[in-house]
Amino acid sequence: MSALRILVPVKRVIDYAVKPRVNKAQTGVETAGVKHSMNPFDELSVEESVRIREKKSAPGGVEDICVISAGPTKAQDVLRTAMAMGADRAIHVETKPDDDLEPLTVAKLLKAAAEQQKSNLVILGKQSIDDDANQTGQMLAGLLGWPQATQASKVEFGEGDIVSVTREVDGGVETVRAKLPMIITTDLRLNEPRYASLPNIMKAKKKPLEKKTLADFGITGEKRLKVLKVMEPPPRQGGGKVEDVDGLISKLKELGAI
Amino acid sequence: MTCRQPLTPVLRQLTRTTSFELGRQSSRSQASSLARTAAKASAASGSRRCFSSSQPRPLKATASVRQAQSKDDFTSTKYPEIKRDERFASLTPDHVAYFRRLLGGNGSALIDGVTGEAADDLAPFNSDWMRKYRGHCQLVLKPSSTEEVSKILKYCNDNLLAVVPQGGNTGLVGGSVPVFDEIVLSLGRMNQILEFDEVSGTLVAGAGVILEVADQYLAERGYIFPLDLGAKGSCQLGGNLATNAGGLRLLRYGSLHGTVLGVEAVLPDGTVVDDLSRLRKNNTGYDLKQLFIGAEGTIGVITKVSIQCPQRPAAQNVALFGLASYENCQRAFREAKSQLSEILSAFELMDEGSQALVHQVTGSKRPLESPYPFYCLIETSGSNVDHDSEKLQNFLESVMEQGIVADGTLAQDETQLRSLWSWREGITEALGHLGGVYKYDVSIPLSQMYQLVEDTRARVAEAGLLGDGEEHPVRAVVGYGHMGDSNLHLNISTRRFDARVEQVLEPFIYEWIAERQGSISAEHGLGLAKKKYIGYSRNPTMVGLMKQIKRLYDPKGIMNPYKYI
Ligand SMILES: Cc1cc2nc3c(=O)[nH]c(=O)nc-3n(C[C@H](O)[C@H](O)[C@H](O)COP(=O)(O)OP(=O)(O)OC[C@H]3O[C@@H](n4cnc5c(N)ncnc54)[C@H](O)[C@@H]3O)c2cc1C
Repeated sequence: MSALRILVPVKRVIDYAVKPRVNKAQTGVETAGVKHSMNPFDELSVEESVRIREKKSAPGGVEDICVISAGPTKAQDVLRTAMAMGADRAIHVETKPDDDLEPLTVAKLLKAAAEQQKSNLVILGKQSIDDDANQTGQMLAGLLGWPQATQASKVEFGEGDIVSVTREVDGGVETVRAKLPMIITTDLRLNEPRYASLPNIMKAKKKPLEKKTLADFGITGEKRLKVLKVMEPPPRQGGGKVEDVDGLISKLKELGAI
Repeated sequence: MTCRQPLTPVLRQLTRTTSFELGRQSSRSQASSLARTAAKASAASGSRRCFSSSQPRPLKATASVRQAQSKDDFTSTKYPEIKRDERFASLTPDHVAYFRRLLGGNGSALIDGVTGEAADDLAPFNSDWMRKYRGHCQLVLKPSSTEEVSKILKYCNDNLLAVVPQGGNTGLVGGSVPVFDEIVLSLGRMNQILEFDEVSGTLVAGAGVILEVADQYLAERGYIFPLDLGAKGSCQLGGNLATNAGGLRLLRYGSLHGTVLGVEAVLPDGTVVDDLSRLRKNNTGYDLKQLFIGAEGTIGVITKVSIQCPQRPAAQNVALFGLASYENCQRAFREAKSQLSEILSAFELMDEGSQALVHQVTGSKRPLESPYPFYCLIETSGSNVDHDSEKLQNFLESVMEQGIVADGTLAQDETQLRSLWSWREGITEALGHLGGVYKYDVSIPLSQMYQLVEDTRARVAEAGLLGDGEEHPVRAVVGYGHMGDSNLHLNISTRRFDARVEQVLEPFIYEWIAERQGSISAEHGLGLAKKKYIGYSRNPTMVGLMKQIKRLYDPKGIMNPYKYI
């Protein structure tokens, strides 16, 4: 079996524990001064790649785990985190602060990167929690002409470059099988990402981080979509409080519920 | 999206908890507080990938599922040496009628077990958080204004009815529940946030406001409450002041004696003490509000609070260290102070025993790969992410290189940050779930602090009481606490009640502390649990002066009797 060269795209997003707020101009969410961290689905991808190596689950072994992120300079923080978790090296594709890349652009970028890096497995999060598009992995598979297994909850390797992927579908699980090279997108139940240990955080600082631009991959950040307006969901109609059971009953009667 | 949490194994654990008097948990508090621990503890593990975050839930559920309690549970049965003070009147229907008139027909302002049957509703007010104490209270009053509190107290004083003020009932020394038939005065309805000055950061609020609610209110305005502790979802500002709670960030924001600017309180004779100053400086006479801070409801009822709140830090980081010895914990603390100085906001200590028990209860994945005898949790809070990160990185590198720290981790996102905290904050609850706990909250000079745990462990082991097997009454002797404040929590987790355990522990621990001029109660107070032992930390002159104050403010002794001094 071929040795794995895994490409793991990671994205810097607003921290999932932070409540996003729509900006005043209603063109997007407020990002200035807001805590950012790695897209949680991407943590799963990094963790899975590192586990494939540690557990020696692929017969051909893991030759390389390369993480890649397109974003502002700060995106390097999430690349360092990924390397602290165990990735070997990183590529940072620097974009301008207002360059909001669309899934198709990202997929094109990743196609070029996968070819340049001679990757034979790309593990992506099934979606990023900021845009929730759930498209990049699928588009990438299309562009590369590789098989895809989306929403993976389990990844197993067999002989002859065969990979079996278990996916959770409505009402059960589905197991699909494909041959390398391929695309896998990760879902919540795949694994439990590790804490980066201090020694590994230190080591990660010395791991190679290559700086590139979109042009290096022959990509222009051209936009096909236009955001018209971003709005908060309508506030929930607040419930009323009743003082006691009698109050509850009379309220229910008032509303004609009983 | 639904969360997968290791809740089921935890609940299974719980059903094994034997019921004995010390630390019994009712299913009421178990289920809900557990859910909270589990939710918090697994925030970064089990549920870190669950994107529907729910509101923090209080420690206590509102629905009361009553557990069969035997009469042995009563404090009065367990401590027969405490006798009811016969000066106090017994409640009559006339008394109840007065209170009913005063508080209005509103059913929720009063729970009356005198003229009717209300055992179920009274139960949660009668037992404390640890299920260690249980009273015979028949009447709970829930005033909603200072005026009502004043009228209640005056009536009680005139009629010699004893009163226990109660906040969130999370106190850990049995101070918040009655011993006999004292009336419970519950402050929960005085829960209004009254004013907030966005420039100075001064918050004025009713005593019944829940700490976490106050903090969330402040968070929306860029401020933070200067106190934080594991019980924040249930405890109230009035209770916090009454116990002079210390908590997790005392190191940074100081004690309530410094941050509280004003107090409104009601004395037993109904006098309203309006000292609700909003001023930072006010050197005009004795600072009487200080007396109410830490008085545990023995001289009056706190009704309103004015407190100075700091700016909420824009950047927070949390690191967890594994260390090979207590000596190294001290070195790490020293380094943290010198290298992180103004951004250091917490320095907490946990031993392996405490962490193993949290793991046993929550089932969460442990942050470090292998176990270490000690762990330190370090938090920084500052205004500039880059500045803080740089300082912290240098500090981390330095303590690793010097070999002070064996291993560690740095939270990479908010979820990990919360999860790391849960390993510290979740200890009290985890221990509670496992059974009875003897708790000692002590202050000892830092250099000798952990020695107490080792000496106690050795002593319990020598007596043959400590071990892994069921035949040993003691499961573990663990230590953790606010290292930054030289404040240790020594906890002895037991499998069942065994009189020999207490004999081995006391007065040994108190004497040990007294020899080192330590305090037998650093932050939890005296209540009923530590009343007898005040002499180990205060000399007779001091205790005499305290008694004078008590007599001056509460000449008839109706306020929280049988406790404190
Ligand atoms: C999980 C957990 C973690 C904790 N962590 C810490 C910690 O880190 N640091 C710390 O210091 N403590 C800690 N505690 C104990 C702490 O003392 C309480 O949580 C809190 O301060 C008490 O507030 P409460 O509203 O629950 O008061 P209660 O328990 O209801 O009452 C405590 C005492 O204050 C009196 N009292 C209450 N309200 C008033 C009032 N309005 N006027 C006058 N007297 C009143 C009561 O009579 C009683 O004597 C912890 C407790 C738990 C359960």
